[in-house]
Parts: sequence; C-alpha cells; structure tokens
Amino acid sequence: MSIMAYNGGCLVAMRGKNCVAIATDHRFGIQAQTISTDFEKVFQVNPRTFLGLVGLQTDILTVHDRIMFRKKLYEDRENREMTPEPFSAMISNFLYEHRFGPYFIEPVIAGLHPKTLEPFICNMDLIGCPNKPDDFVVAGTCSEQLYGMCETLWKEDLEPAELSEVISQAIVSAFDRDAISGWGATVYIIEKDKITKKQIKTRMD
Amino acid sequence: MHKIQSFPEYQVPGAQHQDFSPYESNGGSIVAIAGEDYVVIAADTRLSSGYTIHTRKQNKLFQLSEKTVLGSTGCWCDTLALTSLVNARMQMYEHLHLKTMSTEAVAQMLSILMYNRRFFPYYVSNVLAGLDSEGKGVVYSYDPIGHCERTTYRAGGSAGTLLQPVLDNQIGGKDRDVKNKPKVPLEKAKEVAKDAFISAAERDIYTGDSVILKVITKDGITEEEVQLRKD
Amino acid sequence: MNMELVRNVPKGGFNFDNCKRNEMLLSSGFQHPKTVKTGTTIAGIIFKDGVILGADTRATEGPIVSDKNCSKIHYLAKNMYCCGAGTAADTEMTTDLIASQLEMHRLNTGRQVPVVAANTLLKQFLFRYQGHISAALVLGGVDKTGSYIYCIHPHGSTDKLPYATMGSGSLAAMSVFESRWKPDMTEEEGKLLVRDAIAAGVFNDLGSGSNIDLCVIRKDSVDYLRNYELANLKGKRHGDYRFKPGTTELVGKEEIIEVVPFEAFHKKLYGDETAEAMEVGA
Repeated sequence: MSIMAYNGGCLVAMRGKNCVAIATDHRFGIQAQTISTDFEKVFQVNPRTFLGLVGLQTDILTVHDRIMFRKKLYEDRENREMTPEPFSAMISNFLYEHRFGPYFIEPVIAGLHPKTLEPFICNMDLIGCPNKPDDFVVAGTCSEQLYGMCETLWKEDLEPAELSEVISQAIVSAFDRDAISGWGATVYIIEKDKITKKQIKTRMD
Repeated sequence: MHKIQSFPEYQVPGAQHQDFSPYESNGGSIVAIAGEDYVVIAADTRLSSGYTIHTRKQNKLFQLSEKTVLGSTGCWCDTLALTSLVNARMQMYEHLHLKTMSTEAVAQMLSILMYNRRFFPYYVSNVLAGLDSEGKGVVYSYDPIGHCERTTYRAGGSAGTLLQPVLDNQIGGKDRDVKNKPKVPLEKAKEVAKDAFISAAERDIYTGDSVILKVITKDGITEEEVQLRKD
Repeated sequence: MNMELVRNVPKGGFNFDNCKRNEMLLSSGFQHPKTVKTGTTIAGIIFKDGVILGADTRATEGPIVSDKNCSKIHYLAKNMYCCGAGTAADTEMTTDLIASQLEMHRLNTGRQVPVVAANTLLKQFLFRYQGHISAALVLGGVDKTGSYIYCIHPHGSTDKLPYATMGSGSLAAMSVFESRWKPDMTEEEGKLLVRDAIAAGVFNDLGSGSNIDLCVIRKDSVDYLRNYELANLKGKRHGDYRFKPGTTELVGKEEIIEVVPFEAFHKKLYGDETAEAMEVGA
C-alpha cells in the first residue's frame, strides 16, 4: 500500500464561468479504520483563494502550517495580498525543496485573482510538479474515479449553480467507489462577491 | 527514500537469474448496461502491452449465442484460451441437450471454468451480457478466479475504476433524491456507454482507437463502432 | 530575531529533514508514491539556419494521463531552449535553475551565452546528483559559433548530435529521423520532419500523446510554436450531463460567505495606501 493512502481522502477543483469550485471529503482514517468524519482538507488562505491538501494527515497539517508561514512572510514583505498564481508557485518550490525527502501530500489550489477575477485551478504531485489545466484537477485515493466522473460531467462555461451540482455529483459518485474516502463532503463555490459553502448528504459507510 | 544498495547496476556476474512472468496486461475496457428488454455491451479495440500498441482493431466482444455476448480483457492469451474453452463447452452442451445454453447457464459455467484454475488463474476481467430466459437484460461480472455477480450495469478492464462511478451516477441513479428510479431507455444506455469510452480514452492510456458496441434485443444483435482518440 | 522563526525561514537548496522518517516508513512496507512522469517524445534537429525542437504534451501518472496539454519545451535563454523528459518536476526545476544561472552568466560577461555553456551547467548539475534527478534533456540553441543539439542523460553524460530524440517515444521519433534527416534542410522541411517524428511518438507510444509543440531557433529570432498541431482533439460527448439545481441533497442550509471587494480588503489589512501603489515591483 502507498503511504499516500494511509489516511484516505480526496479533493477536486473545477473551473466554471467566472467562478471556481473546490470540494473535499470528510474522512480521516488509519488504513481501513475510520477515526473521524469531520476532517476537511480544504483551507481558506485568502478571501478568494483556497488550498486543499490530501495524503498523509500529519503532513497535511505540517505543510499547511509551513505554507501559511511563508505566505504571511511574503505578504508582510510585499505589503500586498498573495494571488493564486504566485501562491501555487511558492507551494511548488516548497515541495521541490523536499525532493529527496518529500512530504506525502498532493495539493490542489483553487481561487479567483483578487483584481482581475480570473479563475485559477492547479494541482501538483508530491514533489511539486504543477499542472494548470483549463477544466478540472483531482487528487487523492479515488483520483481515478474522479477523472472518470469529471471527464464525463464537466463542460465549458458552467454557471455557478450548475458547477455546484456537477462537482457535488462528481465527488460523491467517485468516493462511493472508494473505501477510504467519503463520510460527508463540503463544496465551496467561489464567485467574485461571495463564497457558497455546502455540506453534501452522502452515504456514511 | 532511495535505499542505497551495495551493487546498484553492476550486479555480480552469474548471480543474476531470469524471472519468468506468465502474465501480461494487454489493456482494454468493457462497459455493459442491461435494461428491461435489451442489453448493451461495449469494448474498446486497442490491444497493447507496456507502452506499445499491438493492434488498433481487436474486437474484445465474443458472441457466444443469439442472446449472449462475453466481453473479456486482461491477459489476451488467457482471454483466447478461456473463450475457446467456453465455445467448445457450449457446443458440447448443444450436442448433448439439443438446445442452446441460456445466458444464466453460460454465466454459471464461466464461473466454474475460471475457478477450476484457482491457483493459476486466467488473468482476465470478464463481463457477460445477455438476455435471460424471461427476455430481460442481464449483466454478470467476474473476478479472475470466478466469483460471479449478477447486476444491471458494470464497467471492467483497465478503465473500470474510472467508469464504474459514471455508471452508478447515470444508470444507477445513485447519489440524488430520486424516489422511484426511472427505467433507462435503450438510447440513453447507448449514449452513456459511448460517452464513458470517450471519457476513458482521455485519461486511460490503455483505452482508445475505437469502441465496438453491441446491442442485444429479442430481434437479434446489432453492432456499432465509434472512433476514439488514437494517441 | 526569534529563533523559532529563523529556523523556519527557507534557506534555499534541497531539504533532507524528512529523509530518515520517510526511509523508516518505506522500510515498514509502504510503497513510495508515484510522481508525475512525462513518458514523452522529445526531439531536436539542426537545419540550415538553426535548430528545431519538438515535443508532445502528455504527462502521466502510471497508466493515467495527469496533464493533457503540458509544455515540455523549456526556456533557457533567448537563444536556447531545452526539451525535458523524465520526472516532470525534475525537468521543470532543473531547466528553471539553469536558466537563471545562464542569465546571471550573461549579465556577468555581457555576452550572449554559448550553447556549450548551458550543456556544461546541465551535465555538471545532473552528475552531482548521480542520476537521482531524473531529467533526460534535449538541448538546442544557436550562438555565434553555430547551431547545436545536445542530448543530456540523467546521470550527466552528453552527446553532441545533428539530430536527437529522447523519452519513451524516442525510438518511434528516431526511426523518422534516420530515414529522412539530411544536412542543410530548409525550415519548412525541418518543421515537417520534426512534426512527423513527434507524431510518430504521439500515435505509436502510449506514454506520449495529445498535441505537438515546436520551437524554431534561428541566429537572431525564435518562433515558439506552442500547440503547433492539435493532433488529438478532446472527444465530443453525445449526451448532456447537466443536473437540475437541487439534484444533490444537502445537510442543513448552504452557508454564504460574503467577500469584500479587493480594495476594501486591502485597506483593512495594509492601511490607507491604495492597492495600485502596492503593485510596484509586482
């Protein structure tokens, strides 16, 4: 078994028309044993920027702390808000620093540029190879299932309400076929003037 | 991370031994969807191993009778051995009982044939589709050692993990508030099967080239081919 | 300064803090996670007026395509580009690092950097890491002394060649070069040849796929032809998979978080200076 699948969990982010969405499951387990069902892997780092981390839970917490430290250092030095693009470049560099002793996590970044409101999504492997497609990104133990769902359901220029349904159905159907993800899900829809947070009803087994 | 070995690339001469691996994965995916009076089964036509494509037009659907079709992927030589054995057994049955085997009987026999090789299995992912003795569509899926499950839809093969949730969502009507699940019409089933393969070809390197779709109804079997990505 | 802070300030260079822990985890039976690889077909040729580089755009994670349109021709300097195959993060970071070293060298010497210097920097860097940085590169460029294609292997060995291929589709691409390459080709002939070589990899090697990128480098101009040919278009779906709003059941009510406009947020955080003034040096 891979160390990345020790605690389980999954993440997906999608781009819509003038909006982005990011969704996470709630499970935290140790291999097959579920420990808690309220561990959300998505963190709001700025008003319109979200960071999701999946993988080994201890590393999720450590990396989140380290990333926030560097982000705050940047914002204090530069005296301005960090936009999603440099934020993901910073994570990429942070992960590649640990090329020969990596943190066992995969990040997903979703957000809107605070000024241009341009949608941005990005994911990386555990050593920080960035991937910035114009449709969707996935990560976690059911990434294959998520690829199948997203490839089928996603289409261009989805409105926020449609995007919300597509991402919800994609993540729920995907983790229903994965034994170590699920137990509830949260979806964030990020628009220019508001963020909608939805808790989805899912199977709890 | 990288454990330092004492002799990484310059192993002591004479101490090497060649391992024989009896199995190979030749890729390919299958999707089958059963309805009230029909069953749709589809498989892609790419046969590959490692990073090379052997052929772009290998039909992986085997018509066993007027109302039974077997889709088989995995180790292609095992698929060939298994299907020829099934065909021989079905002929013997026909000569002995003077009738064609029903889909249920084929399903049971396939399970037994595969379990016969419990400790040196046929390395195959099988999905059997057909009409049962009442004329209803039915799908049977197998693991490599003969466990058999009767369902209404199934995705198997190299993109099976990608496509099974798609079928759950679109055919099974899971994960939403549907009080009484509507029956899936044939056109919808065909559409989902084709789109599932289009999605699989985007992300699974072992699925592509084209997809052959067979529809079994009481009027017979029709075949259709849709082109997929070739890369 | 607070010692706790100083310890966390990034120092630069690789960090080996996790190595012991990871080795322990892996030795207790866990597998090492997969990294994104570029299975890749990359190629380069010398033609009459310079060099042409080519690459496919697929990145894979095992048997799954993780990026359908990644860019594998990396910038090194104005007169040099470099195709990368192998672990995607390694090729990206290695070329970025060498690109900045080359720029420093250019500023220090006040001259255009020769291609051989880039080759030396890359091979010395890769040799230092004894193949653990798995980057297989095709370096191409034009300088005062002529046009060059170099093949650089992960352990640091290099070849200077008139035409070169690398990656999992290298044999498919090389078969095209071996049958059709000749000295002093025109630009049009050269582009067609490299396109055909990459296409051979895209269609016959499962590790390569999607589109074809080209980069033509001449004595004093560069054409970076990103997605020169869209060899494989995304499949068109037959059905419509939109859902009616409210299809997914929720737990409780949805929660709406208001987001203040950028300027107001900025003011709250960083005082009265306007956001425009902040953009200095962005």
